Amino acid sequence: MVELIWLVPALPLVGFTILWFFGKRIGEPLAGWLGTAVVALSFLTTLVVFAGLWNEPDHTFQVDYFTWIPAGDFQVEIGFLLDPLSMAMIMFVTGIGSLIHLYSIGYMHGDSRFPRFFTYLNLFVFSMLMLVLGDNMVLTFLGWEGVGACSYLLISFWFEKEANASAGKKAFVTNRVGDWGFMVAMFAAFFTFGSLNWSTITSQAPGLAETTATLIAVMLLIGAVGKSAQLPLFIWLPDAMAGPTPVSALIHAATMVTAGVYLLVRANPILAASAEWVPWAIAIIGAATLFIAATIAVAQTDIKKVLAYSTVSQLGYMFLAVGSGGYTAAIFHMITHAFFKACLFLGSGSVIHGMHDDQDMRHMGALRKVMPFTAFGFIIGWLAISGVPPFSGFWSKDEILSYALHKSPVLYVIGLAGALITAFYMSRQVFMVFFGKARWGASADAELANLDAHDTSAAGSAGDANDLGEATVAADADAGPVAVATEHHGHDVQPHESPWTMTLPILVLAFFALVAGVLNLPFTENLEFLNKWLEPVVGENQAHLGLSTAKLLAEMAISTVVALTGIALAYAIYMKKKFDARKVELPFFYNGWYIDHGVTVFMGGPGRRLFELIALFDRVVIDGAVNGVGRLSRGGAARLRTVQNGYVRWYALMVGLGTILIIAFILTQVSFS
Amino acid sequence: MSVEVVVFAVCAVVVLLGGLGVVLSRNPVHSALSLVATLFGVAVLFLNMDAQLLAAVQVIVYTGAIVVLILFVMMLLGVDRDDDLDTEPLVGQRIFAVLIGVGMVGAVLAVLIIGGRDAVTGAQSVTGELAGGYDNVYELGRQLFTTYVFPLEVTAGLLTIAVVGAVVLSRRPKDVQPIPEPESMTDQGDEPLTLTHEEAGH
Amino acid sequence: MEASNLDVAYLALAAILFAIGGVGLLVRRNPLVMIMCVELMLNAVNVTFVAFGKMLNDISGQVIVFFVLVVAAAEVVVGLGLVVAMSRRRPGANADDLRLLRG
Repeated sequence: MVELIWLVPALPLVGFTILWFFGKRIGEPLAGWLGTAVVALSFLTTLVVFAGLWNEPDHTFQVDYFTWIPAGDFQVEIGFLLDPLSMAMIMFVTGIGSLIHLYSIGYMHGDSRFPRFFTYLNLFVFSMLMLVLGDNMVLTFLGWEGVGACSYLLISFWFEKEANASAGKKAFVTNRVGDWGFMVAMFAAFFTFGSLNWSTITSQAPGLAETTATLIAVMLLIGAVGKSAQLPLFIWLPDAMAGPTPVSALIHAATMVTAGVYLLVRANPILAASAEWVPWAIAIIGAATLFIAATIAVAQTDIKKVLAYSTVSQLGYMFLAVGSGGYTAAIFHMITHAFFKACLFLGSGSVIHGMHDDQDMRHMGALRKVMPFTAFGFIIGWLAISGVPPFSGFWSKDEILSYALHKSPVLYVIGLAGALITAFYMSRQVFMVFFGKARWGASADAELANLDAHDTSAAGSAGDANDLGEATVAADADAGPVAVATEHHGHDVQPHESPWTMTLPILVLAFFALVAGVLNLPFTENLEFLNKWLEPVVGENQAHLGLSTAKLLAEMAISTVVALTGIALAYAIYMKKKFDARKVELPFFYNGWYIDHGVTVFMGGPGRRLFELIALFDRVVIDGAVNGVGRLSRGGAARLRTVQNGYVRWYALMVGLGTILIIAFILTQVSFS
Repeated sequence: MSVEVVVFAVCAVVVLLGGLGVVLSRNPVHSALSLVATLFGVAVLFLNMDAQLLAAVQVIVYTGAIVVLILFVMMLLGVDRDDDLDTEPLVGQRIFAVLIGVGMVGAVLAVLIIGGRDAVTGAQSVTGELAGGYDNVYELGRQLFTTYVFPLEVTAGLLTIAVVGAVVLSRRPKDVQPIPEPESMTDQGDEPLTLTHEEAGH
Repeated sequence: MEASNLDVAYLALAAILFAIGGVGLLVRRNPLVMIMCVELMLNAVNVTFVAFGKMLNDISGQVIVFFVLVVAAAEVVVGLGLVVAMSRRRPGANADDLRLLRG
């Protein structure tokens, strides 16, 4: 049954092919159902394969199909490595993927390019599966690039708007910086191991020299930082919210961005063999990212931007886990995060759909009355991400914090602070959107005016560098509060609940966000299913915590208190209006700590000069060399051409010259006796 | 100083001066006359080398026929005017030509000097002795009609062909008819076969 | 075989005459003068052959000269025919005008 693994990526590929050629003819909604069906079938196949994998030794199954690149020493096969790690990943990739496909049928209803959307989604699922299943680095890279390309295609799906196209380009280019790291790692790995096969690499890694391992590890880290939107390459993820919400849910919450974490976990033997400072670097990057992103999320007004920065922050937690030696914790959080983040994103999509494409949270409020199912799912996702027991997020986040504490108390404190802020901004979002007074409709002017007085200070003068969402009118206005208030007068939306194709996935995901914690309960060894499952992959290099029950319970208590404090603070500010929100929603946070702005300035200024220098070099030296060869040929030929001038006497002269030379040559060969 | 040497010396001077005259004269007629001088000198040299028949043939054929023919053509075509020797359109032609000439002489002289007495190698009297028993004419004739009879006949054929060729070449062409316009290839009657705008575009 | 100095001198003379004819051929443009230079060269060759015949005591040197003479005559005939035909079309043509045939 394990042999059926080839079906898992093949099905989405078939879906992609059919939709590519016949999508327009199939049309809406059949194209959507086809796309969903192939991914759902793929998911069912993974379950079958999972059952079969249970019987394999070490729960690992490797199969090679054919040799793709036979080039002497460099052999690349198309083959799959099905080990516990990839098995876990393909299950939730296809599972959540099929739910999101189903969701998209409702969300993209009426779009002019409906079939094309599912074409890209299927291609994406295929690429992601290749990334995870590939048994060598080249296949992983194939998938890596594939998901990057699909991300670009999907972010700029509504490319008629320039901002969306720019966002797609930004994502692709920033990813490319990371891809460079991956490629250098591949070269180094081939040079070191002579093969790019993951099994070969992981088995031979322990004998590696430290500098080599460090080089490969650092390069892989760069790749992961790019793909998983860590500091300093996270700037593309908020802009990527310009894409349709299912895209944000699938790619930028559940799957593509986790590829970086997957890569690091896959390469854990290399990380173990590298220098001491490498895991520290990973952990510090993770900690810094989670904290900074969390603070930025506090000040955002676009419902999707909050979730985008939240994703960046949660990915920071995963990196923190990897750096602290808790690989299984990272994977655990990846899985739970996939569930609750996808749930949150789909919920936000449902809200946007209900609010007729308005994404500004300041126009929302009390939506739970109008959109009960969405609200229910969203609330469960909120509790999960905030780390409230017994939701899944609590367990995974707590495990990460345990490993962080094991590594360093400072990291633990930062992690806790991040958890507090996470709870805070998520509660803020929930309260602003689903509770309080309704700010949509004509009766809400006063409320609006109040909030707008907020905005003109919170929005700041730095402009909309980060805000590329659709239909966010309010932030553009720099006028006084009164003028702004009148602008909002026209928002007479009547929100409504979304169709079942959209609410069903939300509820399913909410269910898993609730219960997924059972995957790895820390109480006894027997309950740590995920740890045991992943042991063949990370066993040796996983840090051992050896927590006593008392310590464990103390940590759990602290985490719970922190989460509840965050929620309480948000309640106080946004529901009870005890403190002024403006003190918290600083412009510094709103503008993303000016990091994006800094990058833009650098690229426009010294960066541009550098690139122009490189372009000049390319033009003068390289093109000059190539053109120089041409010019040399032309010049030489022009000179040689003068020999053929058409004069017979000249030709006779040349004949005579040749004769003399031949005679002279013969004379040198002749000897006189 | 035997007679041969003296004769050789005098004739050598004549020959060389005549050669220079051919090359350096402006007037082609002067060149022809210098050529006559050279040919005569060569004929005397033949005599000096016991090639009596050849000397006679040289005078009769070369001087008496060829040079005369050249002079005829010169007069016929009126090319007896002075050539323009001052300009030389090809850069370096003259220098290179002189160098090549010097080179050729140098090569031969090198062989002769290095070889010295043994410059000429080869079997003696392969065909027939120079003057063995018979006089020159007899010997020459005998060889021509026995050993070399085939080339003799071929050269006879060659002469015939040359004569025919000369006649054909110098025939005045009949009234040259203009090449008729080809039949029109389009339907439109008398359009000449030039590329129309559309055809040029294809 | 021992060659006397005189015989060697004949060869040297022939070489010089040949060189003169060659230079003349390369330098002069008038077709008739060029033909005459060719005659010079052929004569030089004739002298060489006869000298060899003398040195080697062989009659075939002179036989060859005989044939050279015949062929030279034929060649001049045809060459002059060409000159005539050419000059009829284009009076005052010289060797350099062949350049016009160049593509």
